[in-house]
Amino acid sequence: MDLILEPLGSPIIVRALLASAMVGIVCAVVGTYVVLRGIAFIGDAIAHAGFPGVVVAFMLGWPLYVGAAIAAVGTALSIGVVTRRAGIRQDTAIGVLFAGTFAFGVFLFSTIQGYVADLFSFLFGNVLAIGPQDLVALLVLGGGVVLTVAILWKELLYATFDPLGAAASGIPVERLEYLFLTLVALTIVVSLQAVGIILVVAMLVTPAATAQLLAVRFTRLMLIAAMVGVSSAVVGLYLSYWFDVASGATIVLVQTILFAVALVAGPRGLLGRRATRAAAATGAAEAAR
Amino acid sequence: MSLTDVSAGYGDRVALEHVTVSVARGSLLAVVGPNGAGKSTLLKLMAGLVEPWSGRVEILGGPPGREARRVAYVPQAELVDWGFPVTVEDVVMMGRFPRLGPVRRPGREDRRAVVEALAQVDMDHHLGTQIGRLSGGQRRRVFLARALAAEPDLFLLDEPVTGIDPTTQELLMDLLEAQARRNRTVVATTHDLAAAAQRFEQVLAINRTVVAYGPAGMLLDADVLAKAYGGHLLVLPGGAAILDDAHHHDDAAPGERHFHDRDAH
Ligand SMILES: Nc1ncnc2c1ncn2[C@@H]1O[C@H](COP(=O)(O)OP(=O)(O)OP(=O)(O)O)[C@@H](O)[C@H]1O
Ligand SMILES: [Mg+2]
Repeated sequence: MDLILEPLGSPIIVRALLASAMVGIVCAVVGTYVVLRGIAFIGDAIAHAGFPGVVVAFMLGWPLYVGAAIAAVGTALSIGVVTRRAGIRQDTAIGVLFAGTFAFGVFLFSTIQGYVADLFSFLFGNVLAIGPQDLVALLVLGGGVVLTVAILWKELLYATFDPLGAAASGIPVERLEYLFLTLVALTIVVSLQAVGIILVVAMLVTPAATAQLLAVRFTRLMLIAAMVGVSSAVVGLYLSYWFDVASGATIVLVQTILFAVALVAGPRGLLGRRATRAAAATGAAEAAR
Repeated sequence: MSLTDVSAGYGDRVALEHVTVSVARGSLLAVVGPNGAGKSTLLKLMAGLVEPWSGRVEILGGPPGREARRVAYVPQAELVDWGFPVTVEDVVMMGRFPRLGPVRRPGREDRRAVVEALAQVDMDHHLGTQIGRLSGGQRRRVFLARALAAEPDLFLLDEPVTGIDPTTQELLMDLLEAQARRNRTVVATTHDLAAAAQRFEQVLAINRTVVAYGPAGMLLDADVLAKAYGGHLLVLPGGAAILDDAHHHDDAAPGERHFHDRDAH
């Protein structure tokens, strides 16, 4: 019991817990649509594109979040434009953009001399470094993203499932697309300090992918994804505290393990499928008798 | 609803040119033509999903899209991700989303409309089934139910009866007929010429442009068919074959048989 309660005496841990839980929820909610649209690669690209924004903000002495937000939202919207208008394949365009922006970030980063721990925490995540103001910003921004999805979940669902049918019946599919990419960008910004640029795509994709193995209905899928997101964030944070290891990586590892368990033991997983087939085979054999 | 001298296409590729059609309210119209003739493009124009290059499109008394909530469009089957985590009930409920608007959740009235629409296409015993676990024909019926649940004034249906068994096809045609009788306009593309001739009121034959437009019975006229399907082997409802090669269009599908190939070489 002490193992669980003792860390709560430290405001640093309480902030880290609140932040991780929020990140877990936001990533799972937005990630559900990301997985259904099959745009995990876009999420990764937006996250990497945030890096030069962070570095520039660091150099100018701005809050790092602001730099990340500008770069991420800007990239998200340009991906939207490229996807709609350019004649090149989307994944090619994003691959180019993604590598180019990240290289620019690394380039700027290498020109900085001296103390850069803050920047490292954006690359690999350091949820324990989240201060009271960071936490407030994170909760407000994350809350805003979740609220937007709560208002528009139906429209986003219809536009994802059947964009033509939705657009024909008056759902503003194109505007929703841009809004959604912006939500992905903001989600990534919210998550950067907790899990870092390199791992944020896992937070976005893994809980929803796990839920997809367990649910056949959209609303339930999102609910399960959110539960996986929050519980793995909390468990991962405790583990990283007890064993004194990197928090972002531990959270992602917990999610990956949950995914593997669902993959093997879930109803639509490997074991579940075998059980159904075996039952069908016995049923058929009995019927034949 | 009317199209006046409309041309449209994709990129630099023309799909339709100089199309002029006007469809009266309460019509039951079949759109026929060979693959690549522009049937789907015509429906997308009417649904406001494709912008015309030139000409004017007027739908329900305004430009396409203005009265979008009164329009239900069902895309061709290939365009949907069937692994999507939605049940039959969820899919049909989407037909109610536009009238609900943001924030509001579906209520009892909506659920009743969904069940009723599914009952009409004889799929109400599949409410909780994931959409991908249905057969191809069952999926088409669910999409038709979505259109019915929207209670639109204009139905734009891209191949609604393709892959449907004959009994169910009769059932669906009865449904569309009933909608037309209630003064709703129904426009459906089809490759089933026999059904087009027998069950629809009007037929629009296109092959890049309008080839023929008139009462459905004209499909029994060999000349009209030759013009629409020129150069392609065609078996008429009566069993006769058209071997004419008068006006075949540029892009034949690979592997398609052309009779002049044999004649010329
Ligand atoms: N998304 C697209 N991008 C580029 N060209 C397209 C696209 N959709 C259709 N086309 C082209 O437009 C033309 C008309 O296509 P359309 O889909 O309207 O034909 P269709 O009559 O519906 O054919 P089918 O019977 O096969 O459904 C074709 O030549 C096709 O190659
Ligand atoms: Mg078509």
